[in-house]
Amino acid sequence: MELLKAEHITKKYSGRTIIEDINIQLEEGELVSLLGVSGAGKTTLFHVLSGLVAPEEGRVLLSGEDITAKPGRISYMMQKDLLLPHKKIIDNVSLPLVLNGVKKQEARKKAEPLFGEFGLEGTQYQYPSQLSGGMRQRAALLRTYLSSNGVALLDEPFSALDTITKSNIHRWYLDVMEKIHLSTLFITHDIDEAILLSDRIYILNGKPGRITEEIVIEEQKPRPADFNLTDTFFHYKKEIISKLAL
Amino acid sequence: MTKRLQNITSKLPAVVALLLIVLLWFLLSETSVVPGYMLPSPVDVVRALIGDFPIIIGHAGVTLQEAFYGLGIGILLAFITASLMDHFLILNRAFYPIMIITQTIPTIAIAPVLVLWMGFGMAPKITLVVITTFFPITVGLLDGYKSVDRDSIDLMRAMGATKLQIFRHVKLPAAMPQFFAGLKISASYAVVGAVISEWLGGFVGLGVYMTRVKQAYAFDKMFAVIIFIVVISLLLMAVVNGIRRISMPWMAVEERGEKDEKE
Repeated sequence: MELLKAEHITKKYSGRTIIEDINIQLEEGELVSLLGVSGAGKTTLFHVLSGLVAPEEGRVLLSGEDITAKPGRISYMMQKDLLLPHKKIIDNVSLPLVLNGVKKQEARKKAEPLFGEFGLEGTQYQYPSQLSGGMRQRAALLRTYLSSNGVALLDEPFSALDTITKSNIHRWYLDVMEKIHLSTLFITHDIDEAILLSDRIYILNGKPGRITEEIVIEEQKPRPADFNLTDTFFHYKKEIISKLAL
Repeated sequence: MTKRLQNITSKLPAVVALLLIVLLWFLLSETSVVPGYMLPSPVDVVRALIGDFPIIIGHAGVTLQEAFYGLGIGILLAFITASLMDHFLILNRAFYPIMIITQTIPTIAIAPVLVLWMGFGMAPKITLVVITTFFPITVGLLDGYKSVDRDSIDLMRAMGATKLQIFRHVKLPAAMPQFFAGLKISASYAVVGAVISEWLGGFVGLGVYMTRVKQAYAFDKMFAVIIFIVVISLLLMAVVNGIRRISMPWMAVEERGEKDEKE
């Protein structure tokens, strides 16, 4: 059975329909991208999926359970890292555990072993202002991982980074995903990023936003570092560009 | 250049300027350009300060008590008011304008009314200090609460946080810098507020002592009290700064980082 499923989601803001009749699903262990131009309602869809807002129509299911408008069930990572400046990195990433009633020291103990895997060794007791943009994003992902029940929504998590940092973090990300288990829905407007990271891609088009296409990236994982220079990659890219209503 | 040396050199101009002003004061009064009964010489003032020190301390005890109680109650009320106003938008809309209007009422104008209502004891003085210290802290807290990124709150909600948890982990810490900025102003207002209210009636306190020596035309003693009040206010501000630094260790890290970037 699919892990996360959204059925016939329609969301309006002050009378205007932002997204209409969205149907998507996420299987265990998958990384699925939502690709679309700005204003197609990608973030609105994530607000609905995370339970922050209630849709006008449709429902969200997590392993079959209705979680529509119930926040706190699946984790959400935004474009900004949103690390709290007054908390040390270890307390920032273990915050979701503390919010669920785990004691601070216990939460720290649970987070500690993951710092190595996420390439954050040595930053535990630093403040966010002492970390670079790329490292802060890693910390934000670790926090997302710790707050998830195995499902995460990532809203353009790498779009604020410069190109070099971004390509480094992509490699790091694919690497981490091999080690940890996280089924992910991923918003992006970067076609290369979508092809590089995804198992499947949903294309969102129009106003109101609708899913107009679903593309499966067959290339096996882990993908080679130069995957984005191969013919296969360009083939996918051409196909996607033709289907995005640019 | 070491940090310590840098610190000293950066404060040098201020120290020199202060010394020059005192020197000018000294010359003006010594040469009798300004008559001694109007502007006592700094030497006389220091002598008066030393001679009257036991009396001043006695009065200061009462004044400081009023200032501390007033400031304490002011902080508590400010916390409650700001938190409620932040939580209930309707309260904010209703009371924010009124708060601004109350600030345009000069302290000195309400002091006699308070004395009329509450008598000559400590109560009217503490009340006046509460009124003067309450506002800067409330506004500081309100602005601090408002400065929180909307996305931060959404993220907390997505993590399943309750309103109280959002307040404790996000809003309150975010408001700390503005809270301390307000507290610093309030701490200095507190002493001055207490003194002003003592001018208008009472039996003991620095303000009472000031009116007494004024009536005796003992201007050197009056200046001694003024200097004493200045020193106390500065000390209070230093204490607030110390508490601020201890309770916000991350700010020190950020400030250091910014300095390193500039160098």
